[in-house]
Amino acid sequence: MRFVDEYRDAEKARALSAKIASLCEPGRQYKFMEVCGGHTHTIYKHGLEDYLPENITLVHGPGCPVCVIPMGRVDDAIHIAERPDVIMTSFGDMMRVPGGRGSFFDSMAQGAEIRMVYSPLDALKIARQNPDRRVVFMAIGFETTAPSTAMTVLRAEAEKITNFSVFCNHVTIIPAIKAILDSPDLRLDGFIGPGHVSTVIGCGPYAFIARDYRKPLVVAGFEPLDILQSIYMLLRQLAEGRSEVENQYARVVPWEGNPRALTAVNQVMKLRPYFEWRGLGFISHSALGMRERYAVHDAERIFDIPGVRVADPKACQCGEVLKGVLKPWECKVFGTACTPETPIGTCMVSSEGACAAYYNFGRFSRERVREATR
Amino acid sequence: MTGADGTASWAEALVREHESHAVRPGREEQVLERIDRARRRRATVREEYVTMAHGAGGKATQSLIEAIFLESFRNPLLEPLEDGAVFGAGTERLALTTDSYVVSPLFFPGGNIGDLAVNGTVNDLAVCGARPLYLSAGFILEEGFPVGDLRRVVASMAVAAEVAGVQIVTGDTKVVQRGKADGCYVNTAGVGLIERPGALGVAGARPGDAVIVSGPIGEHGVTIMLARGELDIEADLISDTAPLNGLVAALLDACPEAVRCMRDATRGGVATILNEIARASGVAVVVEEDAVPVRQAVRGACELLGIDPLYVACEGRLVAVVDGAVVDTALAALRAHPLGEGAALVGRIGEDPPGLVLLKTGFGGTRIVDLLVGDPLPRIC
Repeated sequence: MRFVDEYRDAEKARALSAKIASLCEPGRQYKFMEVCGGHTHTIYKHGLEDYLPENITLVHGPGCPVCVIPMGRVDDAIHIAERPDVIMTSFGDMMRVPGGRGSFFDSMAQGAEIRMVYSPLDALKIARQNPDRRVVFMAIGFETTAPSTAMTVLRAEAEKITNFSVFCNHVTIIPAIKAILDSPDLRLDGFIGPGHVSTVIGCGPYAFIARDYRKPLVVAGFEPLDILQSIYMLLRQLAEGRSEVENQYARVVPWEGNPRALTAVNQVMKLRPYFEWRGLGFISHSALGMRERYAVHDAERIFDIPGVRVADPKACQCGEVLKGVLKPWECKVFGTACTPETPIGTCMVSSEGACAAYYNFGRFSRERVREATR
Repeated sequence: MTGADGTASWAEALVREHESHAVRPGREEQVLERIDRARRRRATVREEYVTMAHGAGGKATQSLIEAIFLESFRNPLLEPLEDGAVFGAGTERLALTTDSYVVSPLFFPGGNIGDLAVNGTVNDLAVCGARPLYLSAGFILEEGFPVGDLRRVVASMAVAAEVAGVQIVTGDTKVVQRGKADGCYVNTAGVGLIERPGALGVAGARPGDAVIVSGPIGEHGVTIMLARGELDIEADLISDTAPLNGLVAALLDACPEAVRCMRDATRGGVATILNEIARASGVAVVVEEDAVPVRQAVRGACELLGIDPLYVACEGRLVAVVDGAVVDTALAALRAHPLGEGAALVGRIGEDPPGLVLLKTGFGGTRIVDLLVGDPLPRIC
């Protein structure tokens, strides 16, 4: 398949793998964080770690959109969805995320009407087709998905579709990265930067990471060769004593991002003073809410939302995993009390979640798997 | 950056936590052992209500079957949880199976609920090693369902039965109020005669055996997803629904005694079948991603949706485990049949780690292919 297979070529991978090995100083341990859940997914799906020398560790970052949604927000969404006049709409991988009292799937089983959509425009279509119902879109995701939500609100406004609203849970990536950088003694050698987010925000916002924290960051694509090449670029920066923002994903990411998308987001949404992240707690200026002007499309203003804060389960160490302090299998409940069937934490729900990816794809030691597949 | 509940303090606590978790030798093995123990625990259904995941063929379905149905009905014929039960009647051995069809839309490229229902039951019998003989057909119809549509469904059932060489000899009809069903549901049950000696079963795979699929995978599932019209993707694809009894007979004729087990890769796809085999036989199944036949259109749609074709349903493809020594004979026999032209050797059975399916990825890495909990869910980005 064109535009896919050329980025999954095993021969090129072997060549890159050799170059990566040659750049590693013997005896030195390297820790790189892939910020984005899409990268985590690719790494496990393709077995990419088989190409890395033992002294490179990949740490899974906070960039999985469903993993960072706190339980209280899920409960709030379910509260809205349970109203008989409401049709809730959501992306597929949100459906199984547990709140304090179950997931969207559980709520559906008890009568709530929740439909899976592939884009907020699908939700708008449902609103158009059901003028007597109130259609709410559960908006989640980083800067990647915020523009499509904003554009949909603008279209609803233009078409005067007043029964469409957004339950806005969009978050922004930079404060989360900064929170990680500010963790004392958390030693990272560099970042594999989020590709999709960067198509929107560009590469500029990462400059402080290279300048103030002296960590290299390479914005990376989502195919396995993209990630290998990014690791190579990070190692080359380290070897040459540089810390810069580089763009490996230039075929998709313009350096300046997408100003039109940012304008749309800015028109419809504004930064919240603070927002709770699953496992990370409250982070200031880290999420987007709807502007007053679009109140008629803002589910938080239209509906009476309990807004209760549900503490993360005690045993759950999602926060540590999201920050890369713990490897998934180091969590106390990993694979026993918390499994993909009965997730306690969100990291175990989405296939992009570090724990689910690790559980599904990489539970066994590399040596044992290598031995078995020889 | 310090937030409302003091983001700096979590960081310090975490670092202490991290230090206490510093990787000690053997720790990973301990974790794996703990997980294995958890996985061996008896299945339970913790949900208070049935959810869609319970019908998707993955882990949730398995728990429902084991904790609720098997728990109450337990008997030696049911326990292996094969596609059908095999039992003696007089001097003969018979296979019995049943399946319900609730596909939406009812009509899709390549078939409809009617031929799907006939083929599905024929295939469940065939992969038990039986020659399918007689089927029953039960209909649950929604008030207001067009009679013209019912005629089309039934007509294609008649054609499918004729093609498969079976007769539909008994049936049932119920009509429910508008809104209590989705147009038309069909249940079929079937009996078949087992004419060959030897037992087939998912517990029969042994190290050294070969794993074969009979053709390109995932076509039915992707066709249905596209036919629902929610994706705005167009592809030149039709469902692979087909009766497999002829293909199975060709395989069993070519290498009698050497076929360990067969399954038709319906709900949950090839990956789910392979997991059942690995678990029941206590072996490792090692699959080569590049060897698995997948048509471009299926691959493309799956790439777009972020789902893995290995989990997508087929309705006319089987997975067979055969003695590694006869793999060429088996492949030749399958490929000589019109429904097996695309048959391919996709992997082999190994010893370690038992109960697991491993994939050598096209990229050259390795990973585990586990059972899914429910349906594969499209990823957001």
